[in-house]
This record gives sequence, C-alpha cells and structure tokens, in this order.
Amino acid sequence: MSWLYLMIFIPFIFAIFVPFIYKLFGTRIHTGWFVFFAPLAVFLYLLKYIPMISKGESVHSKLAWMPSLGINFTTNIDGLALIFGLLITGVGALVVLYSIYYMSKEREALHNFYVYMLLFMGAMLGLVLSDNILVLYVFWELTSISSFLLIAYWYQRKGSRNGAQKSMLITIFGGLAMLAGLIMLSMMTDTYSIREILSKVDLITSHSLFIPAMILILLGAFTKSAQFPFSIWLPDAMEAPTPISAYLHSATMVKAGIYLVARFTSVFGGSAEWFWIVSSIGLITLIYGSINAVNQKDLKGLLAYSTISQLGLIMSLLGVGSASIYFGYGDESSVYAFAVLAAMFHLINHSTFKGSLFMVVGIIDHETGTRDIRRLGGLISLMPISFTITVIGSFSMAGLPPFNGFLSKEMFFTSMITVIESPVFGMESIGLLFPIIAWVASIFTFIYCMILVFKTFLGKHRPEKLDKVAHEAPIGMLIPPMILAFLVIVIFFFPNVVSEYFLQPALIAVLPGFAAAGGIDVEISAWHGWNTELFMTIGVIVLGAFMYYYLRKWSRIYSYYPQVLTLNNFYNQLLAGMEKLSSKLTKQYMTGFVRDYLVYIFTFMIALLGCSLWLSKGFSFNATNDAPINLFEGGAIVAMLIAALTVVFSKSRITAIIAVGALGYLVSLFFVIFRAPDLALTQLVVETVTAALFLLCFYHLPELRKEKSKVPFKVVNLLISLGVGVIVTLIALSVNNHRLFESISYFYEDSYTLAGAKNIVNAILVDFRGLDTMLEILVLSIAGLGVYTLIKLQLAGREKK
Amino acid sequence: METSMSILIGVLFTIGTYLILTKSLLRIILGTSIISHGVNLLILTMGGLKKGGPPLLGESSTTFTDSLPQALILTAIVINFAVTALFLVLSYRTYKTLGTDDMDQLRGIEDE
Repeated sequence: MSWLYLMIFIPFIFAIFVPFIYKLFGTRIHTGWFVFFAPLAVFLYLLKYIPMISKGESVHSKLAWMPSLGINFTTNIDGLALIFGLLITGVGALVVLYSIYYMSKEREALHNFYVYMLLFMGAMLGLVLSDNILVLYVFWELTSISSFLLIAYWYQRKGSRNGAQKSMLITIFGGLAMLAGLIMLSMMTDTYSIREILSKVDLITSHSLFIPAMILILLGAFTKSAQFPFSIWLPDAMEAPTPISAYLHSATMVKAGIYLVARFTSVFGGSAEWFWIVSSIGLITLIYGSINAVNQKDLKGLLAYSTISQLGLIMSLLGVGSASIYFGYGDESSVYAFAVLAAMFHLINHSTFKGSLFMVVGIIDHETGTRDIRRLGGLISLMPISFTITVIGSFSMAGLPPFNGFLSKEMFFTSMITVIESPVFGMESIGLLFPIIAWVASIFTFIYCMILVFKTFLGKHRPEKLDKVAHEAPIGMLIPPMILAFLVIVIFFFPNVVSEYFLQPALIAVLPGFAAAGGIDVEISAWHGWNTELFMTIGVIVLGAFMYYYLRKWSRIYSYYPQVLTLNNFYNQLLAGMEKLSSKLTKQYMTGFVRDYLVYIFTFMIALLGCSLWLSKGFSFNATNDAPINLFEGGAIVAMLIAALTVVFSKSRITAIIAVGALGYLVSLFFVIFRAPDLALTQLVVETVTAALFLLCFYHLPELRKEKSKVPFKVVNLLISLGVGVIVTLIALSVNNHRLFESISYFYEDSYTLAGAKNIVNAILVDFRGLDTMLEILVLSIAGLGVYTLIKLQLAGREKK
Repeated sequence: METSMSILIGVLFTIGTYLILTKSLLRIILGTSIISHGVNLLILTMGGLKKGGPPLLGESSTTFTDSLPQALILTAIVINFAVTALFLVLSYRTYKTLGTDDMDQLRGIEDE
C-alpha cells in the first residue's frame, strides 16, 4: 500500500486549515511557519523512494475516483516524477521559509497567499505524479489557475491584473489544446493511463492523428514553459511577489511543459517532426530569451527572460535527445540519449541557481526598495552575503566552474555538437546552426549574468536614488538562497551521485529503451581534456567579457527594434481585436428585444424537435383507434378555431379579451366532453376570475394598436408560429400511436381503499401527490402577494417625489 | 377525435406563438393564455379520449378515463391562473411606470 496519492492531498488539506490558523494566530505567529510543514513532510516522504527508483523501478498506486468512466486517481512515481516531486517540495519548503521573512504578517493578506501557494503545490505534485491523463489535465489547469491568482495577488496594481490575465489566457489556451491532444491519444490507444499509452506506441505512430495530437500536446507544453512565441506572459508574471516568481515562474510551474515533453518523448520521439519542432523552438527560445535579457532594466525582468532562455535550452536538449529513439537501443542512440541526461541535469541545476538568484533579487528589492538596475550599484559592502550568493548563482548560470551550471552547459554543447557528428532527419545541411545558436546564446547569457552581478553590486553606491537605506537582509531570508547556492557548488563536485540517483532513473523514464541497461554509460566530470566544448566555453567567456565591457557602446542597437513588431504589441492588438469582434457579434443577437430572444428559443425548439422526429423516424399517423367524433364536438372545435382567430384579427381590446374568455369556456366544455368534471369546474371558475381580472386591467391598458411592423417581421413571426404549431400537432399525432408502456393510472383506481376517496382526481391531488398541491398553493400565494404588491405599493423613490 | 384535437391544439399553439411574438404586451399575455389552453388540451388528449367514464368511483361506469392527466391539468390550470394574474398586473404596472406597452421600446438600456 503506497501513500503516494495522499502526498498530493497534503497541501490541499493544509490549505483548508490556513484561513483558520491565520485568523487565530495570524497577528502573533507568521502563518508561513504552519505552511512550512506541508512541503517539508512531502519532501521527506519522497526521499524514501530514492533507493528504490535509482534501481530503475517505479511505484504505482491507484485510488478509484470515477471507475465507471475509467477515470482513476492513479499515481505513478518514476525517475522523472521523482526529480520534479523533490524540486516542487524542496524548493517549495525553501520558498515558504523565505516568504516568512519576505511577506509582512502585518500588512499582507497571508491567508490568501498561502492558500493559493498550497493549491499550486498540490496541483503541481498531482501533475507530475498522476498517471491518468485526464487527472493530469485537471491538475495542469489548476496550476494555471493558482498561478493566475498568485500573479494577481497584489490586485490593486494594474500591472498585476494585466499580467495575470495574460498568463491565464495563454496557458489556458495551451491547456485546452493539450486536452484535445490527450483525448486524441486516448482515442488511439483506448486508455487514459499514461503507462498504458506508453506501452502502445506502435498504435500511435501508425495512426493518422499522430501529427495533430503531437502538435496539440506541444502547444500545451510550449505555452506553459513560455517557449517562443508564447513566452510573453512570463516577464509580466513577475508582478507576483518574489517568492512566487522564484517558485512558480522559475523552479517548478514553467517546467511543467518540460515534464510533458519528457513524458511523451517515448511516444512521439523518433519522428522527424518532433525532433525538429521541439529542438528548433527550444533553440529559438534560448537565443530570444538571452538577447532580450541583456536589455532589461528590471532585475526580475532580466531573470524572467533568462528563465525563458534556460527553458529553451532544456527544451532543445529534449528535442535533440528524442532522436535516440529513432536509432533504437545502441551506441548511436546513447549519444543522443546523453542530451536527455543533460536536460535533466540542467533542469535540476537551473532550479538551484535560478531559485537562489530570484531570492537574492527579492532581498535587494526588499532592502533597497527598487529592482531597477540603473538605480542600484555598490551594494557589495552593504550586502556581502547577498553578493556571494549572486556570484555563485550568476556564474553557474553563465556556465563557469566551479558551479553546476558549468557541467550542464558543457553537456549542452556536447549534445549540440553530436547533431553534426551523427546527423539525423536531414541535419547534414543546417546542423551546424545548432551549436552556433547555442554558442551565441551562451555569450548573451554570460553578458546578462555579468550585468546581474556587477551592475548591482559594484560601481558607485547612490543612496539618494533608493527608497530605503540599504542593509543586509535578516538571516532567515538568507538561509534559503544560501542552501540553494550551497547545492550549486556541491553538485559541481559530486555530479555522478546526482547522475546515479536522479538522472539515470529519469533517463529511463523518458527513454524506456535504456531500462535494461540501467541507463547510459556516462561519467560527468569537470575536466575532460581540451575538447571543442571547452574551447566553446573559453570563447564565450572571452567574447562575453569583451562585449560586456563595451555594453554601453552597442546596447543602443536594441532601441532600433520597432515597437510595432514586438510580440507584446501583437498580443495586445489581438486581444483588443477579439474584444471588439466579440462585442460586435454579441450586440448582433443580444438586441434587448424580447421577441428576438423568443424567436431564437422557438426556432431552436422547432429545429430540435423536428430533427429528432425526423432522425428517429418517430412520426406515425393512424386514425383507426380514434374515438368517434359527433356533430356537437365538431361544432365545439370549429367554435374554438373561430374564437382563437378572432383574438388575432380583432382590432379592439375588448373583443380580444372576450374571445380569449370564450376560448377558456370552450375548453371547459371539452373537459366535460372528455369526462373530466373536476377540470371543467375549475376551468369555469378560473376563467371567470381571469376574465374579470382582464377587464379590470383593461381600463388601464392602452388601446390595441394595429401592429406597425414591417412585412418581413410579420412573415418571420408567422413562419415560426406555424412551425411550432405543426411540430406540436405532429408530436401529438405520433404520441397517440405510440404506447411505450401501460398506463400507470390503474393504481389510482383503488383510491377508495387507499385514500378513502371516491373522486380519483381529488385523491391524487390531495393525497397521493399532496406535497405537490401544497407547493402549488404556495406558488399561488406568492403570485397573490406579487399581484397585491404591484397594485398597492408604489416604488419608494416615487413616493418621495 | 384525437386527430382533430391534435390539429386544434396545433392551431392554438400557432396563434399563441404568433401573439407572443408581437410587440404589444396585452397580445403577449393573451398569447400565453391561449398556449396554456393548448397545453392542457394536449395533455388530456395524450391520455386518450373517452376511454371510459369520469374518474368517479361509485358511479355507474366500471372503466375510467385516465385520471393522472386530469390531476396534472388541474394543477396546471391553477398555476397558469397565478402566472396570468401576475403577468397582467406586471404589465399594467409597466405601462403605468414607463408609459408604453411596446416591447420594441422596452429594450434594456445600453451597457447595463
């Protein structure tokens, strides 16, 4: 019995209690201390899976949710899910600890903050641990929603609201596309379980829906992981409180797309389309992000673009790695599988160094009151610890030793060079572009890393430009980034431990072909001779340093880029256009005229009933079982027709009202003919009262005018009313010839013994269906009250006049 | 009988719908009234016509017409009365307050 699914619920359970805790102790103890235990507990629990999973096993547990629909709450943990699970809970615990010092318990609505955060944590855990694609989708959208709530946490700010809306629109759009793709997958394989889908890859690759499903799922992954051109939401998401940016928008949520791509690599990988789309989008995002990051003035904006760029890097590695499936299992494929290993490695490394950098930027913001690079400078003497952490994080991101980023960056270069050395999918011609783009992007990465360190901490300190007097942060705020920075160094010195326990199992999860061999034979080492990768890194450092030195000279180039061509401008235009279009469209049919709405209702009714009558071949006509009709009855029918037509054609109110009254009396006549004495009596009474009421109001109502409407208006009305009449007649005729089951009315014929009543209808009303009648009386009294109020009471405002 | 009743009901529905689609409030009320007559007759006809005596025990007949539709219609008549009354008074009040009974002019205001 595995408690894995319980782990997903722990954050949700905590979230329920947060508001109460906040209410009880909120002013004395920071709510974060309570929340802290949720990620910590799950993290410690997940640790116990490490030995098992490092042997290449996976754990599976199942909780029936909607078994009749085949939707079960199935959890599955393997190497890939474990990495994510530990990142979510590990970084989560650190972020909560950090937020305790970052979020003021006096000023902030902490209960909202932590509820949203726990909601996200649970959703993200569910996303990576779930085996059912529909459950995965639900959690996927839940992360989007909690991200939306967290970005809009300071909802008083316009930027927060806009950023939240943008992220919501883009990620939900992708989520819906992904849902369609997932449903296609389940149609192809006839299962909702990811494990079963992965075992039926042959069915999928030969299916005609292969490409559409792939593109739809990739849309989901690319929007979530902020890949070009969907990346525009991530910089705006920086409006969220910094702990959230560190957690959702760099370490975990934006990696959900990476998770999805990795998870489905063994389904779609091996095809040229997957290879090309994933790796080229990844590379474009990589260079787009790094070039833009250099031009940022806001530290968080810089980190946002650098996150986009790093996500692109991981994505391109996964794309290149997917080629290994094309080769099957062997030496040739393990060269490509190396890229997947590098992707997983960089995933972990990125979470450590970027998490610490975000936290430091939060500290700078918190202690100086600004994140604007132009106003900062010379903080090194004031904030030495923050400076150290920044150096570690930035140099790791830039790919310098002795930090973990160096290792994964080298592995990234290796993978990109692989593409030229053993080309696939027509890579012979333009394969050289891969390492070139990677190299150029790395130069820019180096530049913005240097900006982050030196523009902030070196140079002249200008206290007059800061809102606060800068000083070092409290120790509690420094501990979380210190832990992450510590990991950055530790991983550099012991990469093979990480590789053995995390990367190889994850590799097996992504590429099951290597399961038998227990992964690929690889030794990660900092020094591997004077090879191409090392020369590339040296080139990056030399050229990067050179360009950083002359940054002021060439950075003006950015201002020449036309504003019209930015993705943000395109997004804004699209949004405005869509709002205009939809409001125009809505105004077309939402006219505010009751008749138009009735036309829609009646038209729909005619279409629906008519079509179902037509399609089910329900219409039948057989008059042989009809009751006989005599002259008197025939006369009554004709009289009714005349009365009804009189209502339509009468010019005066009184004629119309009297004609309707006559109709009512004729109906009661029919009740007599059809052996319904009670109905006849009631109808007579009601009709008399109604007629009296009509005549009472008649005095006050305006004279009936001749309808001054255009001919088309009348024609449409006539057509629709004829349609309604015909449909009703057809249905009535068909019903007469269909008896699906025997009448149940025989039960009531025993009414004397059952209810002591000789009048069956009365017995039904007051006894068998007594409750109905009681409520009917209630309706009647409410209507009576309404009538009384409308007549007697004036509007309060009117009386004052 | 059932056939001719079905046609009659169809005509009542046609006229009722046509009246509801016009612009004058009074005609709309009359239309709903006519449609409800149609509905009542429809339910009754669906139960089968003149299949036996009135549903009263202790009378001469031993077979009865279907009693269930009658019970349903009885409820319907009363509810319909309540609705018509409320509707009538509501339109009276509308006319008094707004000075028109033309549905075309009773559209909602822009951007409400």
